[in-house]
This record gives sequence, C-alpha cells and structure tokens, in this order.
Amino acid sequence: MPNMRETFLATAEEIVNTDPDVAIVLADISAASLAEAARRHPDRVINVGIREQLLVSTGAGLALAGLRPIVHTFNAFLVERAFEQIKLDLSHQELGAVLVSYGASYDMPMEGRTHQAPGDVALIDSLPGWYVHVPGHPEEARRLLLDSVPGDSRTYLRLSAQANSVPHLGVGLQTIRQGTRGVVIAVGPMLDRVLQATEGMDVTVLYTSTVRPFDAEGLRAAVWDVADVALVEPYLRGTSAHCVADALADRPHRLLNLGTRRDAEVRIYGTRADHDLVHGLDAGSIALSLKEFFTG
Amino acid sequence: MTTTTSEPGYADLPRLISLMTGDDKHHAAAESTVDVLWVLFDRVLDLGPETARRPGRDRFLLSKGHGPMAYYAVLVAKGWLDEDELADWSSARSRLGHHPDRVRAPGVEISSGSLGHGLPIAVGTALGLRARRFSSRIVTLVGDAELDEGSNHEAIVVAARLGLDKLTTVVVDNQSSTHGWPGGIARRFETEGWAVRTVSGRDHEALYDAFTTPHPGRPLAVVTVVEPKGAH
Repeated sequence: MPNMRETFLATAEEIVNTDPDVAIVLADISAASLAEAARRHPDRVINVGIREQLLVSTGAGLALAGLRPIVHTFNAFLVERAFEQIKLDLSHQELGAVLVSYGASYDMPMEGRTHQAPGDVALIDSLPGWYVHVPGHPEEARRLLLDSVPGDSRTYLRLSAQANSVPHLGVGLQTIRQGTRGVVIAVGPMLDRVLQATEGMDVTVLYTSTVRPFDAEGLRAAVWDVADVALVEPYLRGTSAHCVADALADRPHRLLNLGTRRDAEVRIYGTRADHDLVHGLDAGSIALSLKEFFTG
Repeated sequence: MTTTTSEPGYADLPRLISLMTGDDKHHAAAESTVDVLWVLFDRVLDLGPETARRPGRDRFLLSKGHGPMAYYAVLVAKGWLDEDELADWSSARSRLGHHPDRVRAPGVEISSGSLGHGLPIAVGTALGLRARRFSSRIVTLVGDAELDEGSNHEAIVVAARLGLDKLTTVVVDNQSSTHGWPGGIARRFETEGWAVRTVSGRDHEALYDAFTTPHPGRPLAVVTVVEPKGAH
C-alpha cells in the first residue's frame, strides 16, 4: 500500500488534473514525482527550487490571483524556515493555502536534527484560524486533502512515515474504545500504539486526525465526571494542552502530556523506533506512563 | 475632499502628505517614492476604485511599507481614500497605519512592513494571473535597502527563469542600504535576465517611458534614483 507521502502526491496530481484553479508549489522536494503533472500543467505545477521563503510567498501570490495553492516540502523547511512568510504572507494577508508537509517529528532520523521539526504544530498554533490535520493513515491523508482544497481555508496537513493499520475517516474526536477510568486522546499516528498500550485498561480511547480546531465539545462529552485526560501527540509534548485545559476549565481535571521531549534535543541518528524510545512514545513507554497516571 | 469638484492631482500630494504627522523618521521614505507612485497610478496602471475587484486588474504591491504617506496621498488623489482620514492616521480609530493593511484600507493589495515580502508575493501573483490567462501587469515597489533581504534574491532569480514578463520591480534607490549596492542593483537584475532601466526617480516622462517601453519575454526592473536619504 502506498505510504502517506505517495498517496498525497497521487491525490494532488488528480486534483491539479481536474481542477483548473488549483496550483501546486514545490521547492525541489517531491518535484520528480510530479514531473508528469508539471509537463501537463506548466503554469500550475511550479518548482521554485531550494527557496522555501519564495515557496510560501508564491503560494500567497497565487491565492491573491484567485488560485488555490497546495504548497509542499519537508516540515522543517516549510514551517520553521519560512515561518514569517506563513505568518505574514498567508495569515496576515488573510489568504488561503493548503500547506502539506512530510517529515513529521523524526521521519528521517538518520538525517539528524536538521530534518526534524517537532515544533511545527506549536508554531502554526501561534496563528489564529488554521486547520491542522495530522492524519494517521494514507487514506485519511487523501480524504483530508480532498476536503481541504475547496474553499479558501488556511490548512496545515502534516504527513508522516508513521501510520496506523486502519484508517478512521470520521470528524473530530472519535471514540475508538470505551472505558470508565479516564480518557486517552491519540493524535494521528499515535493511535495503534495507544491501543496496544491501553490493552486491558479501563479507559476511553479517543482518536483524532484534526487537532485545530480542537474538538472541545467531543472531549467534554467523553470525560463525564472523571476528568483524567492523557494526551498523546506525535510532536512537541503538550502542544494541545491549552485546548484541553480550556475545554475542561469548569471542572476539576488532571492532564498527562505525552509527545516529543521539550527538555533536551535528541542528538541521535538511528531509526524511528530508536526515537520513539527516547521520547517515550513507543507502546511500552506509553503503557508505563498511562498506568502511573491513571493509578496515581 | 467631500466638497471638491475636481480630482486632486500631483500638485496636491505635498499638502496631503503634510496632513500625516508623527512618522518623521520615515519622511525620507515617503518622499523618495512620491513621483514613482504618482506616475504609476496616474498613467501606467489600469486600476481604480471602480475596478477594485475585477480579477484582471493590474496590481500594485507596495513592498516597502515604511513611510506610506506618499502612498496614502496617492490613494486619496485617485479616489480610494477620503482626505479627511489622513490627519487621524495611525490612531486606534484609523484604518491607516504606519504600515498599510490590505484587509482594512481599500486599494492596498498587500499588507507590508516587514521587508522582502512584496517581490516574492508578486512572483506568485504573476504566475497565478498568467495561469488564469489574464494579461494584467504586476508592479511591486522595493527600496535599495530592502534588497538586503535575501528573500528578494530567491524571487529575482525565479521571476526571470520563468519568464514573468508582466512583472515589474521598481527599486527606489535613495542609497540607504547599510553596506550599499555600488552600481550593483541594476547589475543584480541584469545578471539574472531581467530587462533593466535606470532613470531619475523625479523625472515623470523618463519614468513613464521606463515603465511602458516593451520588454518581451523578460520581467522588468526599473531602478529609480532619488536623492540620498538624509540629503534634504
């Protein structure tokens, strides 16, 4: 089965073939995969070279001209390197775009820190009004892309090499498992390992591939009067903590945040599994953290 | 303005500019652009309040948002804004700030202030209008010091390689770049394949000719030389 990145590229090609108002902007990354689309639509499949500031600004300019831009590269360069362009050329101008990244927090661990961007969602979260999708399966990535192209939203679609075994195409916080002791929220690729970690635990497992806007009502409906919440995100630990706190502001609650570490830069190469362990995001580490939290 | 019967002209601009006080450190910036802005809005660009939403209109993207007094004065003269708004500019009640906001002020195509954004956005706009088969012109105005920002250089290369011949970059050169571009502004654009013209930023006929003489297949850079910043 194609992975998320391959699925995105095939879907983007379908979209640009059928919708004359959509343009794809690239900065070398993935350009070879879209070479055929670029030959067919040279005005609307644009590779600006290794120029990420221009990548985002070009997307903004296309939107000013009435087109719907899909802007794609690795998240370290799309969100972190070009953040002022995202803030000013898209948000401040009130222009829409679909930003699609690949790389996640450590999809390419052998490339080292330069290709890791666990802070991308937190950065986007500093701007109002963005949709942030973190699909957990290639089919979710396809659906979320198809859903994002109509209209003129500002959308960030964060693809990853890590994925769950089956897709969940619902909207908002979806109940995967019902329990009474508390609630675990699994974001995107974290679901399978959360299900494994909570095997035999009496907890509700909620899943979402959309973290902004955050489904506060869904969370309030799930917690009832036992408001112990564990949030398992595949990026910077606690990125959505303020959303949970706001959703539960009127009831006593405890919150456990799991995600990539804030206290240290993880300066290792190795595999994604190695990084899962260092960040405590493998199933075993998640299970230990949850047991301590829910029995505490 | 509410009772005037004839449209204000170039001669009114100094008076309009003088209504906007309080941004004295950027008066040089405003003064440097006034003639270029006037020629563009009066004689070159096909745009106005009555066609503000026409998809095929020409576009003017003020990249150098600092010192927008001359810009606002021209927008008043061309009917986008009311003269009565100028004296209160930059207050919490006003929609006119020290940097223009496209969401608030009519006629403003981009919000600017942080340098090095207008030309890269203009590249995208030129690509988009070309894809939609419009023949609109896209003109962006930058300062010589603004060219210090590296983002411009990403755009300069790509605009020429992609043959964006509807795109014009006006560089208002008042020699305010800290490390300077001795003769280098025109050369920078030429090297990448732009048509380049260097003219006096005060000579309306020369500016008009520079903007309107054809330059097939290439984007156009017009370097408009004005008095060095602080010289007057």
